[in-house]
Amino acid sequence: MQIKKRDREGAEIPSSSLADIAFLLLVFFLLVTTIDVDTGIGLVLPPEPEENQQPPPIKERNMLKILVNAQGMVLMDEEPTSLTEVKQKVKDFITNRGEDPDLSESPEKAIVSIKTDRQTPYSVYIDMLDEVVGAYEELRNTAAQDRFGRTYESLEDNSDAKEQIKNLYPKKISIAEPDQG
Amino acid sequence: MAHFQKKSATTKQEVPTSAMPDIVFMLLIFFMVTTVLREVTLQVQVDFTQAENIEKIEQKRLVSYIYIGPEKLTGNRVGDTKVQIDDTLIDDLGAIRNIMYDKLQEQPKLIVSLRVDEDSEFGIVTDVEQELRKAGTLRINYSTHRED
Repeated sequence: MQIKKRDREGAEIPSSSLADIAFLLLVFFLLVTTIDVDTGIGLVLPPEPEENQQPPPIKERNMLKILVNAQGMVLMDEEPTSLTEVKQKVKDFITNRGEDPDLSESPEKAIVSIKTDRQTPYSVYIDMLDEVVGAYEELRNTAAQDRFGRTYESLEDNSDAKEQIKNLYPKKISIAEPDQG
Repeated sequence: MAHFQKKSATTKQEVPTSAMPDIVFMLLIFFMVTTVLREVTLQVQVDFTQAENIEKIEQKRLVSYIYIGPEKLTGNRVGDTKVQIDDTLIDDLGAIRNIMYDKLQEQPKLIVSLRVDEDSEFGIVTDVEQELRKAGTLRINYSTHRED
């Protein structure tokens, strides 16, 4: 007996609207995506001191004390200073290399200490920190230009060159606990 | 007079669209991967301060945010300065230690981004920082905008 071969229709999933569905999803994710990146001033806090631990001895000359009061006035090593002079003074302090007996012995030993009142506005404190970080960035940039002919930023992360510059001017910023005001 | 017959092109004049879904799916996957859906509703008002020497945080997944600013009240009024982590306001600052310690266990490379209102006083920021030190989350970032 002969079985009659049926012409079966090809079983196909209609895929013409696939693109439409994909576009719809795409538009949704495009809308909810925020491309903006977080920016800010990075800092590493010192670890919690253990009990009965004395703070390490630091020579007076290696410490640059910056005091900011509630009115936003700045005192650097007991000298009233305006915010615009801060960066230059910090740079002078770090790059002293033992010349001036009041300033730091070497960039590795230099510590910048920032102390504020509890009432100091946050924006004033950030301006202050910005100037200090800016001073370090400029020094690192100059060193990177001298040695490698490139900016510090353009050096690759974790490369020897970057680490070298980093160790040349280690960022030692200390945030002192504010006075009870 | 010579008569030129117009030659009609014999090739098909169609843009091939069969690969379009593939391209769209590729874009779709890119955006799905880069999207961070988690958003918090801010209960405190935070106006960022500005700074020049700022760095970018590339890995958003490492970041945990702490918001500090005046509490939002009804009718555009603001109240006292409060601290917000995730979706809750923290009344007892001592609780920050445990919250951040738990987060650090989950993500050892945690970066804490402090989003502080520019008019807040620095005292409360220090209190939070002391708690962070106790929790062991030492990498912090003061969130600022770029100065124009």
